[in-house]
Order: sequence, then C-alpha cells, then structure tokens
Amino acid sequence: MPDQVVFAMEVTLNGLMAGVLYALVALGFVLIYKASGIFNYAQGVMALFAAMTLVGIMEGQVPFSHLINAMFGTDVHHFGWHLPGLAAILLTMVVMVALAWCVQQFVMRHLVGQEPIILFMATIGLAYFLEGLSDLMWGSEIKKLDVGLPQGLNEMIDNATYNIFGYGFFIDNLDIVATVIAALLVIALVAFSQYTKEGRAMRAVADDHQAALSVGISLNFIWVMVWSVAGFVALVAGIMWGTKSGVQFSLSLIALKALPVLMLGGFTSIPGAIVGGLIIGVGEKLFDFMIGPLVGGATENWFAYVLALIFLVFRPQGLFGEKIIERV
Amino acid sequence: MLDQAEGYTTADGRKIGGVVMEMKNITLRFGGVVAIKDISFDIREGEIRAIIGPNGAGKSSMLNVISGFYVPQEGEVWFHGSRRPPMRPYEVARQGIARTFQNIALFEGMSVLDNVMTGRLTHMKTGVFSQALWKGPAEKEENENREVAEKIIDFLEIQHIRKTPVSRLPYGLKKRVELARALAAQPKLLLLDEPMAGMNVEEKEDMSRFILDVNDEFGTTIALIEHDMGVVMDLSDRVVVMDYGKKIGDGSPDEVRNNQDVIDAYLGVAHD
Ligand SMILES: Nc1ncnc2c1ncn2[C@@H]1O[C@H](COP(=O)(O)OP(=O)(O)OP(=O)(O)O)[C@@H](O)[C@H]1O
Ligand SMILES: [Mg+2]
Repeated sequence: MPDQVVFAMEVTLNGLMAGVLYALVALGFVLIYKASGIFNYAQGVMALFAAMTLVGIMEGQVPFSHLINAMFGTDVHHFGWHLPGLAAILLTMVVMVALAWCVQQFVMRHLVGQEPIILFMATIGLAYFLEGLSDLMWGSEIKKLDVGLPQGLNEMIDNATYNIFGYGFFIDNLDIVATVIAALLVIALVAFSQYTKEGRAMRAVADDHQAALSVGISLNFIWVMVWSVAGFVALVAGIMWGTKSGVQFSLSLIALKALPVLMLGGFTSIPGAIVGGLIIGVGEKLFDFMIGPLVGGATENWFAYVLALIFLVFRPQGLFGEKIIERV
Repeated sequence: MLDQAEGYTTADGRKIGGVVMEMKNITLRFGGVVAIKDISFDIREGEIRAIIGPNGAGKSSMLNVISGFYVPQEGEVWFHGSRRPPMRPYEVARQGIARTFQNIALFEGMSVLDNVMTGRLTHMKTGVFSQALWKGPAEKEENENREVAEKIIDFLEIQHIRKTPVSRLPYGLKKRVELARALAAQPKLLLLDEPMAGMNVEEKEDMSRFILDVNDEFGTTIALIEHDMGVVMDLSDRVVVMDYGKKIGDGSPDEVRNNQDVIDAYLGVAHD
C-alpha cells in the first residue's frame, strides 16, 4: 500500500477522535438550545470552570484563597488533602448543579419570554462572569489535570498496524478513552431523554411551554436540570481537553470550534452534533494533510469555519436541523 | 332543583354532586382592560358547565384563571372546599385540573402516543435514579401509564394515528389529540377552550359525542367554552354567560336562552 494512503488513514483516525471532542462540546450547546431556545455562549467557559474546579478539589486548594488572604491577612492555600479522581469528579458535579441552579434562579428566570438575542447577551455576560469567578476561586496559572486516564501511545494499535502496513499508527490512549466516554455519554443522554419521566418532560418543554405547563411540568425545574446536564457535559469535555492540554484559559475557546460543528450538524440535533463534530475533526486533519503543504500549512485554524460558511449558504438548517419553513 | 349541598338531577337523569370549583368575585385586568369584572360562579361534581359569550367577553381569561395561567387581581378560587392560594399553572395541573387551548398547544414534534403519555406525567413517581438503578418498579409504572394512555386513545378513536407525529395531523384530529392528552391525566376537572372551533359539522358531532361519553363513562366534571349555541344547548347542564367581562346570565340552557340580557348581548346579534 502506498505510504500516502497509510498516512491518510492514520490522519483520519486521529481526526475522528479529535472530532469526538468537538462533538462533546457541541452537545452541550444543543441540549440547552433545544430545551430553552438559548444559545449558551458560556458553554466553553463552563468546561473551563468545571476543569478548574475539578483540579482545585483534587488538590485540596482553598477556593478564593487569594481573596481571603488579601482581606484577612491570612496565608491559606491548601486544605492539605488529595482526593482521588472519582470523588473529586462527583464533588465537581455537585458544584455544576449548584451553578445551574444559580444561573436559572438569578439570571434566566427573569428573562423568560425575552427575545433570543437578549438571552444570548445574558449568556455572554455569564461567560465573562464565570471566567472571572474561575480565576478568583482557583487562580489563573496553568494547571495539570490527571484523574488517572490512560495516556500516551497505544502499543496494541501501533503493533497491529505495523504488522499490516509496515508502519505503526500513533494513536493516543487518551483519545481512545475520550471516544469511548463520549459514546457512552451520548447513549446515556439519548436513553435519558427517551425513556425517563424527566427526559420526556424535557422534550415537552423544548417543544411547547404552554402545553408543558398544562400537563404539570415545572419549567423552572426542567431548566435547572438542563443546565445541570449541560454542566455535566462541560465537565466531561473539560476533563478530556484539560488532560490533553492542561487546564488554562484557552480551554474555553474550544467553544469557538463547536460553532462550525453546530452549523454543520444543526443547532437542534444531537446526532447532528456528533456527525458534525466527526466531519470537522476528520475534515480539518485530512485537509491539512493533503492541501496544507501546498498553501503553507496551518489550515486547521480556518478550515472548519470555511466549511461551515459553505454549509450556511447551501443548507442553513445544517445536516440534521429542523427544516426552516417560512410561513406566509 | 338546585340544592346547595346535595346538587341536582339533570333532565336526562344524571346525578350532579356538590361544588368542586367555586370562583368568588374574580376581577382580572390587563392594564386598562378589564377582562373579568367581579364574576362569581361554581362548577359542580359531574356536570358539564358551559361558558359562553361574544368575542372578547373574557371567557378564555376565565379558563386561564381557573388553570392558573392568569392571576386575578381580586377574588378567590375555591377548589374542593378550600381556598386555593395563588398557584402556578403546573401546580394547578398537579391538583388534577387538565385543560385544552383555544389555539391548540400540542407537542408538535412528538407522536400522538407520546403526547398522550405526557398527560400521565403527574401520575409518575419514580425518578431518573430509581429508573436507572432499579428497573422493576419503574417499568411496571411505565406499563400502567401506557395502559391508561392506550385506553384513552381507543376511547377517542385515534388508534390509527398513534405513532404519527402530531405536526402531520389535520386540525380536527389535533383537537382530539389535545383532548386525549388532557384526559390521560384522569383529571378531577377538565377545561376545554372551544373544543369544536373551526370544525366541520361532522367533526363537531364526533367531538360532542366524545365530550358526552367522557362525562358519562368517567364521570369527569367538565367546563367548556363554545360559540356554537346549538352545541351548547345540547351538551351543557348549566351555562354562564359573559359579555364585556361581566356575567350577564347563569342557569340551565333554557333559562339563559330566555334571559333578555342574554338575548340582547349574544343571541340578538346575528350569530347563527
Ligand atoms: N394576555 C393578555 N394580555 C392583554 N390583554 C388580554 C390578554 N388576554 C386577554 N386579554 C384581553 O382580555 C379581553 C378578553 O379576552 P378573552 O380572550 O378572555 O376573550 P374570549 O371571550 O375568550 O374571546 P374569544 O371568543 O375571541 O376567544 C380581551 O379584550 C383581550 O384583548
Ligand atoms: Mg377565547
């Protein structure tokens, strides 16, 4: 087999796995958008906040320690414990639920029935607030996150591909784990929305508020739940990205990568977020591999956006989005 | 004869019980518009109570007050003998008051069966975690609720569209699905806002029959708004007549038909 084809296969595989991570972030957007019509600009910062909180809890960092020390002249930094990954993840989830409750109670509840653009602006405010809060709570230095996920070259794949192609593929164990976890997460989300009472209520609220109220559904409760689920998805994305490239501000920018994914997949479709993520993941890696050398490289920065732009022109509702019908 | 505590017996021999819902001196304003002006009336166990009146009289507003969608500035709502504190619509629904809407509010993206199943939500107890951890009871509950839903689907003769997405249904069937969803809650009080609006004669006859059957078979107490006087006279046991937010008549169909105020305000105008 020619080398180029083998390389392309490796690139495709890596692209697929990068795509899974994009899809994970996009999923958080879709969930909130479907249930409440809010485009949550803060989704990326939520992932950052979740990852920071997770590291902080694991390391036993005292939250707001800078602030406390400055105010009271104390010198507290750490509680002096190290929590195992799983316990810290559970505690972080509690924090994310509390955050969801606050967002609903103090912000979104007062904006029910407002124009989408106003809700969008509110989430921009939320993003900046959370960004500041993350720094204030946990400090702004780059942190390492290690909850015990396997990392590094997967030797089995390396060996197997070496035996077949005479060239070993470099596949990161972390990417494999991320793929499996993302798949499980999607299955769990679909099962939740299709087969549980709360999931049914969530779909009902997404469809029609008046009707949902009339069958006894509390919109407030459902929205807190949806923000919690989005917080959970943000936490998972934060763990994956944070483990891969450290917990730092740039983590919140992955939200920008989710945008083209959403344009491709449609804002309202869970399968769309997944397929869109995979297409962009594979697309940008393959494009960079094949066309990149011809144009001086670094195509990964813009490929996704150009692809999304082309889609916007020809299929504005995305691959799976609900068809836009103008009624006159 | 109407006996305050005991109720009465209808012309066709049905026994009507005590007061289920009582509205006392309800006033509802929207800015300068007085949609409801100091209105009192009651709804009795097992009866079909109609609210009629010209366009903009405040009928839908009254239904919205009962179901908690609107909060009146003045007046009291009494349900099953106790005064109801101000409640959100979903809390009212959980108390056993189901409703349909004048402009149909269905879950368009869901199938007919799923829509009807949402009507069962108030009867479901098991939550996500017990559903995830301990499948037995949750599955049993789901099956029981499914059975109720299927029974109502059969009853309203919409089996053939069970799996159809609601958005594909014609208007008349949508109205019927909305009724099915409300019935699925097995409500103590069923509120119908113009269940026959926009239907042809045949569809109206079907809907009338269903409403009578629901009342007859399940003993459901029903309050409904309707424009078609013929239908109202056939269906209802007692009628409240509204005009410009005021109550101008209350009694049996025959009584209100012969009430001069009502004739002036409603029947006098060329409606039929
Ligand atoms: N949400 C609202 N905001 C402002 N005004 C309202 C609102 N709902 C109703 N109104 C006003 O209250 C009055 C009564 O309206 P309502 O819908 O109750 O009448 P109706 O008897 O149901 O009429 P129709 O037969 O046309 O359905 C009208 O003047 C209407 O404009
Ligand atoms: Mg009305």
